[in-house]
Amino acid sequence: MGASQTRAANKYQDLTEKTGFSAEQIKNLHTRFQQLSGNEETISRESLENISALSNNPIRKQIIEAFFDKRNQHQNEVGTFQEISFEQFLMVMSHFQPPTLKTTEEEKEAMRKEKLRFLFNMHDTDNDGTITLEEYRKVVEELLSKSGAIGQEAAKAIADAAMLEVASTNVPHMAPDDFYEGITFEHFEQILKGLEMESRMHIRFLDVDTTTMRCGKSTS
Amino acid sequence: MDLSISRRAGVFLVICTVLSLLYGCRGEIPPKPTGGVTIVPPIKPDNVPQAYPDAEKANLPVFTMDYPRIQIPFEITLWMLLASFAKIGFHVYHKITIWVPESCLLVSIGLIVGAIMHSVHEEPPAVLTSNVFFLYMLPPIVLDSGYFMPTRPFFENIGTVLWFAVVGTLWNSIGIGMSLFAICQIEAFGVQDINLQENLLFASIISAVDPVAVLNVFEDVSVNEQLYIVVFGECLFNDAVTVVLYNMFSFVAEMPVVEPVDVFLGVARFFVVGLGGMGFGILFGFVAAFTTRFTSKVREIEPLFIFMYSYLAYLVAELFAISSIMAIVTCALTMKYYVEENVSQRSCTTIRHVVKMLGSISETLIFFFLGVVTITTEHEWNWGYILFTLLFAFVWRGLGVLVLTQIINPFRTIPFNLKDQFGLAYGGLRGAISFALAFTLPDNIGRKQLFVTATIAIILFTVFLQGISIRPLIEFINVRRTNRNLSTINVEIHCRLMEHTIAGIEDLCGQWSHFYWKDKFMKFNNRILRRILIRDSRAESSIVALYKKLELQNAMEILDTVSGDISAAPSIVSLYEEKKSSAKPKKKFLAADLRNMHDILSKNMYKIRQRTVAYTNKHALPNDSQTKEILIRRHASIRRSLRPGSFQSNMVPKSHKYFSLPAGQSLDLKFPPSRLSYTDDHETMSEVAYPSRRSRFGQPTRSSSRAMMPMRRLDTLKEAPSVDAVDEGRSDGGRTGHGMSRTNSSYSDSHVVPAPRRHHPGDNNSGSADNLRNSHHETQEEEEEQSQPSSPSPVWAAEPRDSTTRNPLLRRPQWNPKKM
Repeated sequence: MGASQTRAANKYQDLTEKTGFSAEQIKNLHTRFQQLSGNEETISRESLENISALSNNPIRKQIIEAFFDKRNQHQNEVGTFQEISFEQFLMVMSHFQPPTLKTTEEEKEAMRKEKLRFLFNMHDTDNDGTITLEEYRKVVEELLSKSGAIGQEAAKAIADAAMLEVASTNVPHMAPDDFYEGITFEHFEQILKGLEMESRMHIRFLDVDTTTMRCGKSTS
Repeated sequence: MDLSISRRAGVFLVICTVLSLLYGCRGEIPPKPTGGVTIVPPIKPDNVPQAYPDAEKANLPVFTMDYPRIQIPFEITLWMLLASFAKIGFHVYHKITIWVPESCLLVSIGLIVGAIMHSVHEEPPAVLTSNVFFLYMLPPIVLDSGYFMPTRPFFENIGTVLWFAVVGTLWNSIGIGMSLFAICQIEAFGVQDINLQENLLFASIISAVDPVAVLNVFEDVSVNEQLYIVVFGECLFNDAVTVVLYNMFSFVAEMPVVEPVDVFLGVARFFVVGLGGMGFGILFGFVAAFTTRFTSKVREIEPLFIFMYSYLAYLVAELFAISSIMAIVTCALTMKYYVEENVSQRSCTTIRHVVKMLGSISETLIFFFLGVVTITTEHEWNWGYILFTLLFAFVWRGLGVLVLTQIINPFRTIPFNLKDQFGLAYGGLRGAISFALAFTLPDNIGRKQLFVTATIAIILFTVFLQGISIRPLIEFINVRRTNRNLSTINVEIHCRLMEHTIAGIEDLCGQWSHFYWKDKFMKFNNRILRRILIRDSRAESSIVALYKKLELQNAMEILDTVSGDISAAPSIVSLYEEKKSSAKPKKKFLAADLRNMHDILSKNMYKIRQRTVAYTNKHALPNDSQTKEILIRRHASIRRSLRPGSFQSNMVPKSHKYFSLPAGQSLDLKFPPSRLSYTDDHETMSEVAYPSRRSRFGQPTRSSSRAMMPMRRLDTLKEAPSVDAVDEGRSDGGRTGHGMSRTNSSYSDSHVVPAPRRHHPGDNNSGSADNLRNSHHETQEEEEEQSQPSSPSPVWAAEPRDSTTRNPLLRRPQWNPKKM
């Protein structure tokens, strides 16, 4: 760990500017990263999938996929990575930074948009700019996969209903032969317009290095 | 017939205010205050004759009157009636309550009544003895707050809430107490005889905040969830802290000498009392939940268990002299979730109403008496002491919030900014609890009267000045707002999605916060608690719950249209209609017959209970704002069997719109939000303004009209098979939509044409013709898509039919899916 640690220390400054995390937070996350990757430079899907704490998460797949999605790297690229480095890991994490007292309204708005984009990307797996019904259904099915008996039919029905809701909210005057292909990002923003994101899409990244004590438990 | 008695009876019934005189006339402080009011010999000396019939002859009296026998309950009833009338009065012109908090109005009425009583030298009623207050008036208020506590935000902010409630109250009590003690040392004020213990006791009394009025305002301007819940939780738990402190200090105040060890014992006791109360609460909560598992055969007494268990928790906690408020609050919080799943829908309604009613009347009475007592008691006015009390209360509250926020902010995901802090500090109104505590001070406190006076002064000051000014101020400084009125399926899905995402990311980071604990608890809850406590213990996702509820709602509407008067319908309707119709009179309707139609329908329809919105205020029933949702039409078979009623002819144009989810219509239109008393919220719901938006305001019976429309449509079209899959699987639209479009439009046109003719001239609901047409096209198209045999999936059809066919009326809804 030592070698990478020193090198990483130099990089911290750089990363702080890029992601907005403090040096302590980066250090913590880095420790965690190395733990997950087994002290490798990069991390692969498998190592994330092996996290036992995640195993109960119904949308595990989507979350992991989000880390390997180039769209979440703020670089206007598309496609997926096979493995991600710490920097990319951090970039994804930076989506969940809470606002501080100093954040201005515009910045907050931008943050909100970023988070929405992140969610949108989770839905939009084929990266065509719209969430199609199939994609939506899939997410809902995953969400409900822990509910047991209710099963797939309900999930389908719910996704359809939700889709219809989007359509009717966003395209109020559809011509008779129009067909609502999918949710674009604008529509996505529209339907979640009033929803408070602040309390839901933030993680308080710890400054203090308590993570190592705890992650022993969560990775075991 | 005794003259004086008949006169009194007449006065009773005629003028409300005189009630108070009559009641007050027996206002000696009861020696033994158990029963509620005095049991003292009732009649005043000047109304002498008591034993009227037998005074003359031994004949069998034809007409007798035994007023003393019924006096106590009679007068209690009349007092309550008077207070309730006052409440009705406020809402007649309902703009008043927006600008002036209800508590202010109640106090004002109380002041007037008090003035009248004072002018005729009557004594105030003696209901406010310590026992009456703590055993009868306080529990409903606290149960109300506890039961309607929005669970999810509360647990998300529990740290902050407890921090402010416990530490904040301690801070205030000790700060104010010490400062006042310092003031007492100044000779000029002449209050040197008040020692430190008494000052602390007094300070603990006035540090209980009771921001009912503030909560109303917060809810109205929909300030952000965090601020709201902190104020809500603070007022709830600091009641508990205050009462503990009060008991402690009043014990200490009677001791001649306080030794250091007593201080430590006091601290230890503080924890015993608080945690003990919590323990009892949880225990009784679970027992209550467990009991309701078996009440399915005795629905009629189901609600009783809830009240009895909470009251029992309260009383047992009192028995052991631990925090009874804590006990009843935790009991309510614990059992609510499980109980509401176990009991039937109607029981649940009953529980909620009764909790609300009791809490509301208790509080009304306390504020009312506050006004009366302000006038009728003797005051000891000490400018210095009282003004400094005001000043210190204000300063310490402000300082406390500032300091405590600085400490708690680093631990919060969303820190409180200065505006929030202002809201918190300024929201510190004093209220019922302070007053009651002051009034029930033990008599051996030397300066009791001064304390009562000072407490009343501070209550009046905060309630009137801060209570009235907080709304403009909050609006002026523009505190961060949260829109709470979203409950569409998409929002629900995405809330869940975000929760899971956050939990997942937290796991990835290897750190945990409340999402981690929430996950753990949900697991435990689903595996063990629900199995034990809930009869039908399938864990249900909130999304499914919402969806099912919509289905159920729809099914019930359709069913109810058939069998117009289901037994319980009128009563339930009336409960729900009350406020809505008063707040939004139906004057928007031009056509009188349309209005009649709605009236008739509304009386015959079973109103579906909506999911509770998490936020409630103390003076109104939970605002069951309707879920504005897409309508899922699956029950084609039921619908086909329907025959249009006699009212429907003028609804025909609309029928097209409502047949399935209309593309051209706002969702709002279908589920006009029943924001009960305040209108401004409507604005938040409709991001898109539709031409026919107006109808939301004038459509008291949305369910009825919705339910009726499809039938008419079906009747006209005679196209039964297509209805079966009215669900809108849009996926197939791509294939079939284009091919069908030609036929669709012509087909639909033929049906649209007659519409305007049947369209009632006064029915401004249906909006412009264009709109109508467009939406009709859309609807038509969707439907046609579905009717294609080639189209893949009538997606709705397969799903949880069981939930509705079983017995839709008895099926319990998921009250608050969001609470998980």
